[in-house]
Amino acid sequence: MKSTKAPTGIAGLDEITGGGLPRGRTTLLVGGSGSGKTILALQFLVHGAQERGEPGIFVAFEETPARIVCNAATFGWNLEELQKEKLYFMDAQPAPDLVQSGTFDLSGMLAALGAKAEEIGAKRIVFDALDIVLALLADPSAQRREIYRIHAWLLARELTGIVTLKADSDDGGGIGQPFGFMQFMVDCAVILNHTVVLGVSQRNLRVQKYRGSSFDENESPFLIGHGGFEVAVTRTLGRGHQAEVTNERVSSGVARLDTMLGGGYYRDASVLITGFPGTAKTTLSGAFAEAACARGERTMFVSFDSDSNEVIRNLGSVGIQLDRFVEDGTLHMVSARTITGSAETYLVRIKTLAKEHRARCVVVDPVSTLSKSGNELTAHSVAERLIDWSKAEGITLVCTSLLDEMSSQSEAGSPLQISTLADTWIHLNYLVQAGERNRGMSIIKSRGTAHSNQVRELILSDAGITVTDAYTAGGEVLMGTMRWEKESAERHAAEVAAVTARLQNVRLEAEQAELEARVKLLQVELAAKLTEKTVLARSAEVHERELALGRDRMRELRGSDVAPEPAGAAR
Amino acid sequence: MNADRFAFRLYVAGDAPNSLLARANLTRLCETHLPDRHSIEIVDVLLDPKRALRESILMTPTLVSESPYPGHRIVGTLSNTEPILQILGLGAAQRRTFPGLKDRDSAPQLRQT
Repeated sequence: MKSTKAPTGIAGLDEITGGGLPRGRTTLLVGGSGSGKTILALQFLVHGAQERGEPGIFVAFEETPARIVCNAATFGWNLEELQKEKLYFMDAQPAPDLVQSGTFDLSGMLAALGAKAEEIGAKRIVFDALDIVLALLADPSAQRREIYRIHAWLLARELTGIVTLKADSDDGGGIGQPFGFMQFMVDCAVILNHTVVLGVSQRNLRVQKYRGSSFDENESPFLIGHGGFEVAVTRTLGRGHQAEVTNERVSSGVARLDTMLGGGYYRDASVLITGFPGTAKTTLSGAFAEAACARGERTMFVSFDSDSNEVIRNLGSVGIQLDRFVEDGTLHMVSARTITGSAETYLVRIKTLAKEHRARCVVVDPVSTLSKSGNELTAHSVAERLIDWSKAEGITLVCTSLLDEMSSQSEAGSPLQISTLADTWIHLNYLVQAGERNRGMSIIKSRGTAHSNQVRELILSDAGITVTDAYTAGGEVLMGTMRWEKESAERHAAEVAAVTARLQNVRLEAEQAELEARVKLLQVELAAKLTEKTVLARSAEVHERELALGRDRMRELRGSDVAPEPAGAAR
Repeated sequence: MNADRFAFRLYVAGDAPNSLLARANLTRLCETHLPDRHSIEIVDVLLDPKRALRESILMTPTLVSESPYPGHRIVGTLSNTEPILQILGLGAAQRRTFPGLKDRDSAPQLRQT
């Protein structure tokens, strides 16, 4: 089905329309003054001529081609080169001193265009500000007739056409008759509008109709950037590729934090670092950027707070050396000190810059700036899309978010509510104890990761960032000096315990020796007793024997007639 | 008098009704007001679109008066003659002093390209 659509080269618009404008058909582009109609139309032609091998014709009713070329020069489209053979501008401005007598039609122009289209093999054509010439026609029926003539001519030649018309007002579809009828005639209608909300300009694009194709019907913000049109678009349900999910981990730049997170952030994670001013959010994100650059991954650091050089200097003071990566091109520092455009503007710009830089890691510091000045309504969706985009691109995104000290002393969430969207949420805060402020760090959530639930102390020094265990005593977390005191007390206690143990050992050894000596003595005594007992027994035996011998002898002497007792009986 | 000679070029789109009407109107105008003092060139943009492109003819019919200097472009069927006469310097005021209408029968010089 790809062949039925002509890509515009405007990423967001091609996504909304599912591939581009209807090929061989006419698209109506309506918008107020300064809404970007000419640029969109021209970009469509330039893309066709440059990338698709489809030469185009631009019919300019309102401005001279020279002016259009000059204005478009800022977009780097190289129109001079294209004009040689692939892009033709027709100056179709009615002469100011044109005298009119009776009705006329546009056959002459179409005949001329037909010849030119054949000559350069044009596939695309733009009628810019057709309303100018139609206004010269006497009555609505004549205008209709000419619109019909152009439409039929486009269809017959199978040119993919854009006709731009001015809207009466900025409210979108407010084009009057007879142009209104053109909306019914064409196959695709795109409406551009430009509004100002609380002093912030918002540009929106909406596809109003698209015959024979599904499309995203919502208004999509856009802006006119360095490369032309840039349309912000949310990935719609069921469309677009799903981002590849990976188990790859990337270092957060702080070794202990990596261990706390079970190896680091996920490759495609969006990380939110919240905290009050001065809680080292930038430093933590800077550490991430440094680690990413050290791995050789192209990284972009967007700072809304400070100048690039200031960021580099400040991070240098805590041992994060970014300047070398800026020099070798790995790191792209972007500074946007104050926000003047809409949140959309910044989102699109971030996306464009990241694309240009081919960044794999992006740091936005702080993302909460987006919700400033008239952007409250859109900032949330912008933040959502920022995360959505980074996931789709497989970019590791680290955002910091400033918490308002007054409103959210608790970890109530960031102003943009992106805390619910972020994969990993690290909260930094101050703990004030005993006249000290110390930085505490806790991981509030980390999807798909077993993570430590303990509050740690974050220590910044010129050697870098370290994370240490915080002591808890009596339900309070001890940090800074109190932690040091606690550590010192513990060291002391441990030493005392060691000495006591040694002493105990010696005493036990003495007791053991004493007992052993006593055992020896008793054994000797026992031996003596045994000997004594043997001696006693022996002497008794001898005595007995002597007695027996004595009796025998006496009996012999007496001449006794009693038979002697058997020898053994004496015992 | 060379200065008084009028050279017209009429761009038409084939036999479109507007174009036919313009041709007829131009012929009548010349015969009425400029007998023997004009030449008319007819250019059919459908036959020679490149010329239309070159000469920036967008609307048909378009009448270009080349001389006397300065030239003018008049768009439309030329049905309303008064403004045309005005810009050609043949307005009602000028006409009164104009000697013209000598040779009614001379046909305008037609040259088709």
